[in-house]
Amino acid sequence: MRNKLFWPLVTLVVLLLANLIHNHEFFKITVQDGHLFGSLIDILNRAAPLVLISIGMTFVIATKGIDLSVGSVVSITGAMACLIISQGDGSSMSVLFSALGISLVLALAAGAWNGLLVSVLGIQPIVATLILMVAGRGVAQLITDGQILTISSKPYSFIGAGYLFGLPFSIYIIAFFFIIAAVLTRKTAVGLFIESVGTNPTASRLAGIRSGLIIFIVYLLCSFLSGIAGLILSSNVSSADGNNAGLWYELDAILAVVIGGNSLNGGRFYLTGTIIGALIIQTLTTSIYSMGVPPEVTLVVKSVVVLIVCLIQSETFGAAFAARRRKKNETAKQGVSV
Amino acid sequence: MNILKIDRRYFPILVTVALFVVMFAAGSIEYNGFFSLQVFLNLLIDNAFLLITAVGMTFVILTGGIDLSVGSMIAFTTMLSATLVQNHHWSPMLVIPFVLLIGSFFGWVMGSLIQYFKLQPFIVTLAGMFLARGLCYLISIESITIDHEWYKSVSQTKVYLFGSNYISISVIIALVVVAAAIYIAHYTKFGRNVYALGGSEQSSLLMGLPVARTKVLVYTLSGFCSSLAGVVFTFYMLSGYGLHAVGMELDTIAAVVIGGTLLTGGTGYVAGTVFGVLIQGIIQTLIMFQGTLSSWWTKIAIGLLLLMFILLQKVFISRKKKSSAAAA
Repeated sequence: MRNKLFWPLVTLVVLLLANLIHNHEFFKITVQDGHLFGSLIDILNRAAPLVLISIGMTFVIATKGIDLSVGSVVSITGAMACLIISQGDGSSMSVLFSALGISLVLALAAGAWNGLLVSVLGIQPIVATLILMVAGRGVAQLITDGQILTISSKPYSFIGAGYLFGLPFSIYIIAFFFIIAAVLTRKTAVGLFIESVGTNPTASRLAGIRSGLIIFIVYLLCSFLSGIAGLILSSNVSSADGNNAGLWYELDAILAVVIGGNSLNGGRFYLTGTIIGALIIQTLTTSIYSMGVPPEVTLVVKSVVVLIVCLIQSETFGAAFAARRRKKNETAKQGVSV
Repeated sequence: MNILKIDRRYFPILVTVALFVVMFAAGSIEYNGFFSLQVFLNLLIDNAFLLITAVGMTFVILTGGIDLSVGSMIAFTTMLSATLVQNHHWSPMLVIPFVLLIGSFFGWVMGSLIQYFKLQPFIVTLAGMFLARGLCYLISIESITIDHEWYKSVSQTKVYLFGSNYISISVIIALVVVAAAIYIAHYTKFGRNVYALGGSEQSSLLMGLPVARTKVLVYTLSGFCSSLAGVVFTFYMLSGYGLHAVGMELDTIAAVVIGGTLLTGGTGYVAGTVFGVLIQGIIQTLIMFQGTLSSWWTKIAIGLLLLMFILLQKVFISRKKKSSAAAA
């Protein structure tokens, strides 16, 4: 069997090369004021929130679930952090840490809510998380009072727009969480538990795995990572918009996971695939912008890509294709024998 | 004892009706001018589009599926109607059948993908949701106002009932849709197939029911209903805009679930959905009469109510399982 990462990598390389043809300086990285600048760094930097959310979504999808509320969690945490900072002294570290702490607790609460609905009450993940997807924006609006909150806080804006050792700080955040997630799932049994629950929750429970707890934790984790993504996004623009922050992130995250070679049927997951998937989507978005195509087209392109990827994964589609190929081979053979 | 022995099938729908009556009574006691026929009729006027969408969704959920594309489909219909009428000067007589056809086609494609490629309904309709929104923005990112005389006159027409109380043309369309849906669900072969399919797809297949056709048709019907709702929404707003009806998926699903239709499929009534819509309308009216609460509370309240009814369903299903186990 071919490596699962083959097609995602090919897609990413093709996208990058297409950009290189369009813009010959695409791969160029320059140093300005001790910071690295260039399109590639820019893509990595902008992909940070999506990468984080997609890591969480990978685990959720591996348990055969889905989390539609990630975009709302992004807007809630951004709104909460901006609210606290706007009420205190923007440059004080204690205000910063209380803002980060409280908004992340809120993200965990959102995750606990989803996890409770799915694992304890047994509600279908789509419907359970749809509640927070829509009501969550209402909560974010309540926090910001329906306004767009703008703040000026140097330490807060460092999270999304700061540089450390020449690289954007957000790249370190993704690296940190990716390594933790990878070690946790590939060097301990946690990853195996998640895959087992995704394959068959009842059988796993009978085998002694606490399926409910695993599912709960997975939603908790997904919301937590979305919360951090929310902090990065709102700190990048120094404002919180309850309506539009994180809008349509659920599609991007699902797309990243699916493009990365993960099946929506759960049971297996490929973290590296997801990261490549997220980078593909960010590259696609950036190229659409830079090639002068109206940005509105992105939604159409992404939804068509989702359908195509799902079709390719679909067994029926594959079977129909294989049948046709077999037929072709047979007729070719017959031609030879005659 | 006989009074307490209500047929268990009607239990969820009775809870819904009772909840509506309680909410209406509470509003009437609390606020002046709440208790009137016009307030009730306004529920229908303001939610005609939701009612039409929810009727289509009822069929989808009855088969055990879900359609997340409805809100975007409404937005796309308003946008398409607006651009055809305003920028391309089509006659409304041509625009309306055209957008209905587009909506049905959209639903048909989604249904076919779900049926023939065995894709999960939520991912297909989620992609449909984003596709329809994206198409809106392809037409225009600005709102397009409709100032065509015909649209204006339809939107301003008041149909008077009982003296000074009135309804709009949209309400009449919605009520016709409800009547037709009740007929289809309970008196046609297609309706019986829908219930059978939701009860058990496997058994329906073994019984020789046209499972594939029914499933595709259900999504086509939902597409048709949401584009019809879009037409009604155009009468209501007199504009086309890509951000119209954002989050309507939840409202619609909530209306269906609150109306007593089981999310697992097979059980439910179109008439229940009507009450589901009315309950949402009354939440909005209560918040409006209250005056101090912001409208964001509506979404939160509807989310909580949806949750409450899902929990009710869980209790209902587990009891049913227990009683059938006891009978066996």
